Amino acid sequence: MEFFVAQIITGLANASSLFLVACGLSLIFGVTRIVNFAHGSLYMLGAYIGYTFMQVLPGGLGFWSSILLAGLSVGVIGVLVEMLVLRPVYKAPELFQLVATFGVILVIQDIALIVFGPEDLLGPRAPGLRGVIRVMGEPIPKYDITLLVITPIVALTLWYLITQTRVGVLVRAATQDREMVSALGVNQAWLFTGVFGLGSALAGLGGALQLPKGGADLLMDFHILAPVFVVVVIGGMGSLPGAYLAAVIISVLNVFAVTYLPQSTLVLMFIVMIVVLTIRPYGLFGREEVAGEHGQVGEPERPIKPASARMQLLASGLILLLAMMPFYTASFSLVFTTDVLIFCLFAASLHFLLGLGGLVSFGHAAYYGGGAYVAALLVTHVNTPMELAFLLAPLGAGIAALAIGWVCLRLTGVYFAMLTLAFAQLLWSLVFQWGEVTGGDDGLVNIWPSEWLKPTIIYYYLTLLFCVGGILLLRHIAHSPFGYALRAARDSQRQAESTGIDTRKIQLLAFGFAGFMGGLAGALFVFSKGSVFPNELEIARSFDALIVVFLGGVKTLAGGVAGGVFFKGIEDILIKFEYWRLVMGLLIIFVVILAPEGIVGSLRKGAERLNLIKSRHM
Amino acid sequence: MLKVNAINSFYGKAHVLRNLSFNVPKGHVVALLGRNGAGKSTTMKSIMQLVRPSSGEITFKDEDIVRLPSHQIARLGLGYVPEDRRIFTDLTVIENLLVGWQSPREGAVTWTQEMLFDLFPNLAERRNNRGKALSGGEQQMLTIARTLMGNPSFVLLDEPSEGVAPVIIEQMIKVIGQLKSEGLTVLLSEQNLHFAQAVADSTVIIESGVKMFDGTLETLNSKPEIRDAYLAA
Ligand SMILES: Nc1ncnc2c1ncn2[C@@H]1O[C@H](COP(=O)(O)OP(=O)(O)OP(=O)(O)O)[C@@H](O)[C@H]1O
Ligand SMILES: [Mg+2]
Repeated sequence: MEFFVAQIITGLANASSLFLVACGLSLIFGVTRIVNFAHGSLYMLGAYIGYTFMQVLPGGLGFWSSILLAGLSVGVIGVLVEMLVLRPVYKAPELFQLVATFGVILVIQDIALIVFGPEDLLGPRAPGLRGVIRVMGEPIPKYDITLLVITPIVALTLWYLITQTRVGVLVRAATQDREMVSALGVNQAWLFTGVFGLGSALAGLGGALQLPKGGADLLMDFHILAPVFVVVVIGGMGSLPGAYLAAVIISVLNVFAVTYLPQSTLVLMFIVMIVVLTIRPYGLFGREEVAGEHGQVGEPERPIKPASARMQLLASGLILLLAMMPFYTASFSLVFTTDVLIFCLFAASLHFLLGLGGLVSFGHAAYYGGGAYVAALLVTHVNTPMELAFLLAPLGAGIAALAIGWVCLRLTGVYFAMLTLAFAQLLWSLVFQWGEVTGGDDGLVNIWPSEWLKPTIIYYYLTLLFCVGGILLLRHIAHSPFGYALRAARDSQRQAESTGIDTRKIQLLAFGFAGFMGGLAGALFVFSKGSVFPNELEIARSFDALIVVFLGGVKTLAGGVAGGVFFKGIEDILIKFEYWRLVMGLLIIFVVILAPEGIVGSLRKGAERLNLIKSRHM
Repeated sequence: MLKVNAINSFYGKAHVLRNLSFNVPKGHVVALLGRNGAGKSTTMKSIMQLVRPSSGEITFKDEDIVRLPSHQIARLGLGYVPEDRRIFTDLTVIENLLVGWQSPREGAVTWTQEMLFDLFPNLAERRNNRGKALSGGEQQMLTIARTLMGNPSFVLLDEPSEGVAPVIIEQMIKVIGQLKSEGLTVLLSEQNLHFAQAVADSTVIIESGVKMFDGTLETLNSKPEIRDAYLAA
């Protein structure tokens, strides 16, 4: 019993920063509808900035002022991010802002590296709170008790702000109908900036508060992201009491898991999330999303036409050029081209889902990494011949996608996206923690192709065949009746169903097929590298694909491919520099601001404008 | 007070308002009439810049308001009451009013919550209820009251009679009369000719976004063929 109580207290204390970060994210989403992926980065900055202040400000007063100052500074940084990066893209298509926040992640990572250095920082102890207090005989760190008191105070303050002040009323009103709020004379832009600043400050506060328990390091941003999203989704996007309850549930369960089932710690929260969303699709306290409620109508979607003769010629020329490549280049550029081709197939498979199906998956790495792991596991554990493993990998990924899709497709919009992310993280945690089978962090090595496929040139042709074939197949399906049905389901579910299309079935099949193609890319990848590590399943990998699809252009079929080439090409050049993330992040932000239709879409618009001018002259 | 001059508005490629022009003089109640889908709500939204007209001019108190953000237009004293009410269902009646609050404006009535509760006694009893708990008629009153909290000198009222009981319609007629006597200018969109006749000084009739008639109610009544052609029976 005593031990039990002590565990719960520790859990509640751990819930503290998780709650602060999560309610910041939830507030931001509620009002601006932006899923701020850079939220983890703001949390990390809070920790670093708090640490820096603590070095100069002495004593207990210095410690607590440092925490407050960290919150304030991160709030200011949040305001800057909102004004410089997000304001210009509010008018862009939904979810495009996401990509901008990916860019911010990269920029902040490198700035933190430059300013604070690469070493992990050990968090200072809180002065005067070093020892433990005995609660029913069990030792509890004094700092944990302090956190137990602080969190409800912050929560109550927020509650007061949200429910009892006019600003809070405006925030809640904007969560429901932004346009109406603005038609009543409220300047939305400042409301957004204010909320973004407040949310960021909460993240910074969370980062600084956990210093004595965890310190500061450069991986904090991604590590906090998954739990925070889980908490926000379980609680219900936009709900503060929900975020609090969910943070407590997750943290307490986690403390028990550490004691009783240490292998399950990472997996556990995703299982909780999946269970909660299955029972309550919009989280514990969430409201049903109504997509496009009172939204402005965008430009009409232009129908995707089969390629013109000129485009076909261009594509054939490109394929020919690729096929001739071994005759005119060195083998290292073949290896590089192999990487690019695989990445393009991966991106194209996500584009199929996202562009055609309108199904935004945040966890597409599950199928890419999943395919790679299926092949690697088969080779490692049951000595499967490479050819067979290569064919079974996409099948495995496809089946996994069907199963995951079956659960996720009960939801729509952001909840759907979050659930796909959760499943990807679930797979990642399984692979990461189940070391005996998957090799854990050490990965699986010695996964080479059969002798006859081993030479670089031969493997290059194999990749070319499957990637070009795969991309053409995806294109072909886009123009088939299945592709039309998929688009119909995206544009208007109700209309599609009234014409007899089973939208859920179509979407599920599309999800499975995209997973299959992602798995094919993964299989090509694992045999080209000879090894696979858990990072192929990571959030960052899913983000890579998302960035590429958005940057390439969601509305054009060439988008995934063009984005893939662009992204890999730039990465290959930049990665030679020490601070490539900074440059890459800035580049992404610029593309988002300057070319909101993506590269291909904007190029086409530009070309049309030129044509228009020309035809006027004539 | 409000001048709309040759505006064109689109939804995507659909051309909804075509060279629409009309004036609303100060202190008048003008009824914008037309059938379902004629473009009445789009006219209102274009004035508020919730839909951006692709060409044409709109001036309010001689100030050009095209391309201004909606909140600035509202702050000039132009109040907008949307057709689908759009009250904040999770907020209480009082909180809904709070969202609409603006500082007092010269030359316009300064409304307080109590004055609005006098105007709409039904709302007074429900002041602490959430928007979603209100009946359709009460929601309609709330959306008008919320806009009045901004102390507008001009109100755009989009189909206040839609989907509410006849008793409430009678109450709305009284309210509009009261607003007019307080010196407010009103542009009212309607399909209900009886309602329009009870409150309006003059009318503008549109059909498929094109103006078909512009004049006083007497003139309209003397031309039943126009009434029959462009208004629902
Ligand atoms: N959001 C929208 N997207 C596309 N078309 C729209 C949209 N809103 C309205 N329309 C179309 O524009 C035209 C004018 O609509 P509007 O709502 O202005 O008409 P209205 O006169 O207010 O009709 P009602 O009496 O039904 O309210 C209609 O043909 C309608 O179908
Ligand atoms: Mg209307």
